[in-house]
Amino acid sequence: MELLLVLLVGILYSAGIFMMLRRSMVKLLLGLLLLGNGTNILIFLMGGLTKGKPPIIHADEKNFTDLYADPVPQALILTAIVISFALTAFAIILLKKVYATTGSDDLDSLNVQDLDI
Amino acid sequence: MITNYILAPILVHMITAVLLLFNWQRVRAQKIISIIGNSIAFILCVQLFYATQRHGFLILQAGGWKAPFGIVFVSDTFSSIMVLLTAGVSLAVGIYSTAALNVSRIKYGYFFIFHFLIMGLLGAFLTGDIFNLYVWFEVVIISSFVLLTLGGKKMQMEAAIKYVTMNMLASVIFLTAIGILYGITGTLNMADLSQKIAQIENRGLVSVTSLLFFVGFGIKSAVFPLYFWLPSSYHTPPSAIAAIFGGLLTKMGIYAMIRVFTLIFRPDEFVLGVFVVIAIMTMITGALGTINKRSVRRLISYLIVCHIGYLIGGLGLYTELAFVGMIFYLIHDVIVKSNLLMITGIIYKIRETTDMRRLGGLYKDYPRLSVIMVIAFFSLVGIPPLSGFWPKILFFGESLQAKEYVLLGAFIFASFVTLFVIARMWSEVFWKPSPKPISESSDHFSKLPLSGKFALVAPVTALSLVSLYIGFNAEGVFEIARKTAFELMHPAAYIDAVLNNTSAQ
Repeated sequence: MELLLVLLVGILYSAGIFMMLRRSMVKLLLGLLLLGNGTNILIFLMGGLTKGKPPIIHADEKNFTDLYADPVPQALILTAIVISFALTAFAIILLKKVYATTGSDDLDSLNVQDLDI
Repeated sequence: MITNYILAPILVHMITAVLLLFNWQRVRAQKIISIIGNSIAFILCVQLFYATQRHGFLILQAGGWKAPFGIVFVSDTFSSIMVLLTAGVSLAVGIYSTAALNVSRIKYGYFFIFHFLIMGLLGAFLTGDIFNLYVWFEVVIISSFVLLTLGGKKMQMEAAIKYVTMNMLASVIFLTAIGILYGITGTLNMADLSQKIAQIENRGLVSVTSLLFFVGFGIKSAVFPLYFWLPSSYHTPPSAIAAIFGGLLTKMGIYAMIRVFTLIFRPDEFVLGVFVVIAIMTMITGALGTINKRSVRRLISYLIVCHIGYLIGGLGLYTELAFVGMIFYLIHDVIVKSNLLMITGIIYKIRETTDMRRLGGLYKDYPRLSVIMVIAFFSLVGIPPLSGFWPKILFFGESLQAKEYVLLGAFIFASFVTLFVIARMWSEVFWKPSPKPISESSDHFSKLPLSGKFALVAPVTALSLVSLYIGFNAEGVFEIARKTAFELMHPAAYIDAVLNNTSAQ
C-alpha cells in the first residue's frame, strides 16, 4: 500500500510540474491542482498508514493500548483541501477573466506590460 | 504568561471586516469604520508590544490544550515588533486609502479585504504552530489576490496570473515541507519541533526539508532566482495596495524564514553558504534591475528585491550582531518601503504619471511636500543619521569579521546603486524643470478637499517622522533589536516558555 502511494505521489508531482511548464493557462492551473493533490497524499503517507484502527477509545478503557491511526494528518489534509478549493475557485474565475480581456490562452501573450521599462 | 490578550488585535480586524460587509457599497461608512477599526487595533498592538516587553513571552493555548498538542499563539519580542509594525503601517495605509483609491474600488470591498489581509498578517506573526502558519499564509495570499485584481484592468490581470501561480506554487512547496517535517518528527508545534529536530539522526533529510522551507518562503519574499514575479506585478495595483504588498507581504516571508531557521532548524555550514550566495545574487540582480527603470514604481519594485538581499545576508552571517542589524533593517525597511510606495501614489495624483522622463519640477510646485518625501528617500539610502545607516554599519562590520568579502562587496555595491538611483530619482522628479507645460487638469492633488489632502499627506508625514525617530533614537531601537537577536540566537527560553508553562490560566 505504501509503495503504491509513493508511486502515486511521484506521478502526481511530476505530472503537475510538467503541466505547469506548458504555455497554456488552463494546463498551468491543472498542473497546480495535481501538485496540490500530490501534497495531500504525501501528508497522508508521512503520517503513517494504519489500517482499520480509528483513534477512538472504548468506554471501558482509559488510554490507548494499541497502535491507532494518527488523526492529525487527516485534519491537515482536510484543511488543505478546503483552502485549495477556495484558491481553485478564485484561479478559475481569474483565468476566465484574463481570457476575456486578452482573448488568448497563451501565457507568452501576457508580457505586454513587461516590455516598457 | 498565559493570556488571551494576544488574539485581541486579530479579532478587532476580523470584526471590522465583518462590519464592513454589512456596509457594502456605503463608501463614507466604510471609510469611518475602517479608520476606527485600524486605530483600535493599533492601540491594542502597542499594548501587546509593551506587555511583551514587560512580562516576557505571552502565550495563548487555543481551547486550553497543552502546548505540543493544541495550537499555541506566542508573542515574543520578534513577533511583537512585527505586529506593531504591521498595525502602524496598516493604520497609515488605511487612512491614506480613504483619499487615494477611487470610489468604485471601495464600493467593491477594498476595505473589507484589506482588513482580512492585515488579520492574516497578524496571525502569521503571532502563531507558534507551523501548520497554523501555513493557514495564515493562505488567508494573506488569497486576500492579496483579490486586492491585486480589484479593478480588473488588463495590466492587473496579466500581473495576477504570474503572482497567483507563483504564490500557489510556494504554498504547495511549503505544505510539502510541513508534511515531511511531520513525518520525521510527529509534531507541528514549533517549540516542540525545535527539540525533536535536534534528535534526528538523518541530518541529510533535515537539511533537505529545511531547504524546501527556504524555497517556499523564498518565493514569497522574492529572493534571487525566484523573484521575477515581483517586479512584474507590484507596480500594477494602486499605490495604497502596493504599499501594503511592498512593505509587509515580502517581509512576512522573511519573518517566517528567520523564525524557521532560528527556532526549528539550526543551519549547518552548507545551508549558511547557500544563504550567503543567494543574498549576494539577490542584491546584485536587484540593484542592476533598478538602473534602467524609468518608472518610479518599477524602480521601487526592484529596490524591494535588492533590499531583501540584505536581510538574507544577515541571516547567512548567523552571528548575534548580524541579527541585530537584520532586525533593525527589517524595522526600517517595512516603514520606508510602505512610505515610498505611498509617495509614488501622491506623485501620480499630482502629475498623472510615474514615468521619470515625463516628471519634473515637483520641488518648485510643492516644496514642503518634497521635504517630507526626501526624508523617506534618503532614509532608504542610509545617509547618516537617517534610519538606514545604522544597520548597514553592522552588516559591513560583521561580514568583514566573518571574512565574507564577496558579501561585503555586494552590500557596498547594493548601497551604492541605491544611492545612485535615489539621487537620480530626486533630480529627475523634483529638481528637473517639468518637460511639458503643466496643465491644471492633470493635477488631481490640488483639487482635493482639505480632508483628502490631509488623508494623503498625514500618513506619509507620520512614517517619515518614524524614520527620523529611528535614525535619531537609534539607541532605543538597538536595544530592542539586541534583545530580539539574543532571543533568536538562544531559543531555549522560547521553548521553555511554550512547553513548560504550568501556571494556571
